[in-house]
Amino acid sequence: MAQAAIELIGINKSFGAVRANRDINLEIARGTIHGIVGENGAGKSTLMSILYGFYQADSGEIRVGGKPASIKTSNDAIALGIGMVHQHFMLVDNFTVLENIILGAESDALLKKSIAKARSELERLEREYGLEVDPDAIIEELPVGLQQRVEILKALYRGAEILILDEPTGVLTPAEADHLFRILKQLKEQGKTVVLITHKLREIMAITDNVSVMRQGTMVATRETAKTTVGELAELMVGRRVLLRVEKGEAEAGAVKLAVKNLTVKDSRGVTMVDDISFDIKAGEIVGIAGVAGNGQSELLEAISGIRRAVSGSVMLDGKPIDLTGAADPGELRDRGLAHVPEDRHHVGLVLAFEENENSILGYHDDPRYLKGPFLNIDAIMADAKDKIEKYDIRPGNPRLKTANFSGGNQQKIVLAREMEQDPGVLIVGQPTRGVDVGAIEFIHKRLIAMRDQGKAVLVVSVELDEIRSLSDRILVMFAGRIVGERGPEATEGELGLLMAGVERQEAAE
Amino acid sequence: MSTPYAKLPAWADYGLIPLINLSVAFIVAGFVVMLVGENPFRAAVILVEGAFGKGTGIAFTLFYATTFIFTGLSVAVAAHCGLFNIGTEGQAYIAGLGVGVVCLAFDSVLPWWLTFPLAIAAGAAVGALWALIPAYLQAKRGSHIVITTIMFNFIAASIMVYLLVGPLKPAASQAPQTRNFLAGAELPKLNWIIELFGAKIRSAPFNICFLLALVMAFLVWLLIWRTKLGYEMRTYGHSPKAARYAGISETRIVLIAMMISGALAGMMTLNPVMGDQHNVAIDFVSGAGFVGIAVALMGRLHPVGIVLAAILFGMLYQGGAELAFEMPAISRDMIVIIQGLVILFAGALEHMFRPYVQALFASFSPRSVGIEAVKGKGA
Repeated sequence: MAQAAIELIGINKSFGAVRANRDINLEIARGTIHGIVGENGAGKSTLMSILYGFYQADSGEIRVGGKPASIKTSNDAIALGIGMVHQHFMLVDNFTVLENIILGAESDALLKKSIAKARSELERLEREYGLEVDPDAIIEELPVGLQQRVEILKALYRGAEILILDEPTGVLTPAEADHLFRILKQLKEQGKTVVLITHKLREIMAITDNVSVMRQGTMVATRETAKTTVGELAELMVGRRVLLRVEKGEAEAGAVKLAVKNLTVKDSRGVTMVDDISFDIKAGEIVGIAGVAGNGQSELLEAISGIRRAVSGSVMLDGKPIDLTGAADPGELRDRGLAHVPEDRHHVGLVLAFEENENSILGYHDDPRYLKGPFLNIDAIMADAKDKIEKYDIRPGNPRLKTANFSGGNQQKIVLAREMEQDPGVLIVGQPTRGVDVGAIEFIHKRLIAMRDQGKAVLVVSVELDEIRSLSDRILVMFAGRIVGERGPEATEGELGLLMAGVERQEAAE
Repeated sequence: MSTPYAKLPAWADYGLIPLINLSVAFIVAGFVVMLVGENPFRAAVILVEGAFGKGTGIAFTLFYATTFIFTGLSVAVAAHCGLFNIGTEGQAYIAGLGVGVVCLAFDSVLPWWLTFPLAIAAGAAVGALWALIPAYLQAKRGSHIVITTIMFNFIAASIMVYLLVGPLKPAASQAPQTRNFLAGAELPKLNWIIELFGAKIRSAPFNICFLLALVMAFLVWLLIWRTKLGYEMRTYGHSPKAARYAGISETRIVLIAMMISGALAGMMTLNPVMGDQHNVAIDFVSGAGFVGIAVALMGRLHPVGIVLAAILFGMLYQGGAELAFEMPAISRDMIVIIQGLVILFAGALEHMFRPYVQALFASFSPRSVGIEAVKGKGA
C-alpha cells in the first residue's frame, strides 16, 4: 500500500458525556478513494470536523503525510492541503460563483487581479475536470447540483491534495453522481486523496478503494472495497440486517385525485422552469418524478402546493381547480386534503428554532383541534406530538426539545408525521430521504407505501433514482422543465438515466 | 452529528449570562470612573443607593422602568416577528398627540378613571397607525423597516414640534408644550405602595402606569407563546419561507406585528404625559424608545427579562442622576457613557461570553444542555 496521506491515531472527542468519537484509528492511503460510512450520529462528521480544524480532539494524534500535524483552524487544514466539501454548502448566496471561489483566498486588497486570476484558473479546472459552471452566475440562482460543483471548485482552487466530501451525492442524480465519480477518479489518478463520507453503499462499492464503517462513535471495521459486499457493510453500519429495497404489492389505482394540465412556472429571474407539463395522479398510486436536480422539479412542487405562482395551466384537486394566479393559499390547500413534505426541511418544512411540538402543528395551526379560541391548546398539541413521536419512532422522544437538535432522519420524520397524520387525500413529497440514514429510509419508504395502500395519491420527487424505482408505480422523467418520458417501475437505471440526460424518447427506447 | 453546544438551562440563559454581561459592563465602567479620578466603588455605592436607597429613589427608578417596559415590549414584539422596529421612539412621540388630545378634551369633563382608558386607546391607536405605514411599505414594497422606521422618527419629531409650537400651544404661552391638564387627566400615584414598606417619599411621579406596564408584559407573554397569532409571528420571525409554506400571509403578519409594536410604544406616552408632567412637551420621549432596544435585547425578548432589564435601566437613570449630583467629576455625559457600556455588553455583545458558558456547561453536564447520549441506534 502506498504511503499514508492521513493517519488518525487514538482520536477521542466528547461533547460532555457524549463520546462522539472513541479511540478512532484510521489510515488513509495516498492516492486512494477512501469511503467512510455510518448512520447519522455515528461520528463521521465529528471525525472529519476534527481533521478539518472545526473541533479539537480531546486526545489522539493526527499525522498528515507522515508528520504529526496540529490542526487548530480550517486555515491550518487548508495549508496542509486538506479541502472539504460540506454537506450543507458554505457559500455566500448573493455572491457570484467567482466571488465565492476567491472568498478567503483573495490575494490583493483590490479584487480585480484576484478575480482575473481566479477566472483563468477556474476555466482550467472546469476544462480539466468537466465541472462546468457559469462563473458569473449568482449562487442562490443556481440549482443545488451546481452549487455543489462550486464547493468542489473552491477546494480545488485552494490547491487541496486531500479532498473530504461530506455526503456529496445527496443532491445529485446518478448521471451527476457518475460525473462526480469520474472527477474523483481523475483526482485520484493525479495522486490526490479523496475521503468520501456517505451512507449510500452503492457509491462506496462503485468508486472507493477502501471503506471504513463507523457506528456509535467507534470505528467498527475497515475493509478493502473489492472484498466486501453491500450486505456486509449495511449490517456493520446498523448492527442488524436491513432491507435495502422495500417490498410492495401491486398498486390499485382509483379515480384521478390530482390533475396537472399544461402547467408553466417561471422562477424569480423569469426563466421558464416548468414548461407546459401535464400529468395526473390517481388514488392508490405513487407517481415518481425523476430528474437531475434543477430541472424544474422544485418549482413544480412549489406551484402545486401553492407556494409559487404559476404562469399558466391548471391543477385540479379532486376535480376542483387550484388557484394558481398567486392567490393560492397553502393553508386552504391543506384543508382540501393536499399535504406537502417540502424538499428543504431546514428552512421550509420546519422552524429549527422551535420545539418539536411546535413544528408538529406547522401549517395546521389553524386546526380547531389545536386551538382554544385565539389561544393554542398546549395540552392538545403536546398530546398530539407525543402520539406522533410514538407512531413514527422519533428520537429522542422529547416534544420539548429544539428541532435543530434532532438528526436529519428524525427531522424528516417530524415533517412526515405531521403531514401524513392529517390523513390527506394527496401527499406530495420532495426528496423524502435526503440526508437521512439507512434505518430511517426503510421506515419512510414503508410509510409512503402504506399511504398508497390506504388509497392516497402520492407524488414523490427525488433525485435518488434508486428511491424512485423502489417506490413508484409510474415514473415520470423531467428534463429542462418538461416531462420527457413515462416508464413503469421495471424501467432500467440506464434507460431512465438517458431520459434524465435529455436524450430523446425514441433514442432512449431503442 | 448534532450541534455540540445545544442549549443552556433557562436559568443560565436568562440569569447567568445577563449577569456576566452586566458585571463586565460595570467593571469597564469602573475603569472609566477611575480615569476621571474618582473612586469606582464609592461611585457604585452612590449609584445603587441613589436608585434604591431611599423611597424617593425607588419611586423614580420604577417610574423610569415603567417607560422602558413599554418600549422594551414594543421592540420585542416586532423582533419576535423578525422585524427590527427602530421606530419605537417616533411611535411613542407621535402617540403623545393622541393622548394629549384626549386629555385636553376630557380633563374638565371626565374623572381620571374614564379619561385613562380613552387615553390608552388613543395612544395605542396613534402609535399603531404610525407603525402601520412602515409595515405596509415593508410588506408590499419591500422597503426595509429599519430604514423607514428611522425616517419616521424624524417625521414624527417634526410633526410634534410643529404642533407643540403651534396649534397645541396655548396662545399666550412661550413654552413649546400644551396647557397643563386638569385633575381629570392626572393619574394617581403609587408612591403609597412603597410607603407601606416604611420608606419616605418626598415627591415622585411613580404612578398607576406601572401596573398597566406589568399587565401588558403578561399580555405580551400570552400573545407570543400562547396564541395562534404569536405562533404565526414567531414562525415568520424565524423563517419567512416556513411561514409561506404554512400558509401564513406575510402582509398580514407584518402589519399586525408592527401595529401591536406601535401600540405598545404609544402606551409608553401615558407614563410621562399623564403620570408626571401633565402636559405634552417637546421631546418628552427623550430616547426611551432607543433604550427600549437595549432593554428588549438584554431581556432576551422575554417579558420577564424585559421587566427586569427595564428596572435595571431605571436604576441607571435614577442612580446616574444622583451620581452626577454627588460626584462633580462625573458629569451627566459620564452617566450616558456608563449606560452605553451596559447597552454595549448586554445588547450588542450579547453573545460574547455565551460560547464559553456553553462549553463550560457542556463539559459538566451534557444532559442539562439538551444533548442526548448516544443510543442503541440513531435514526
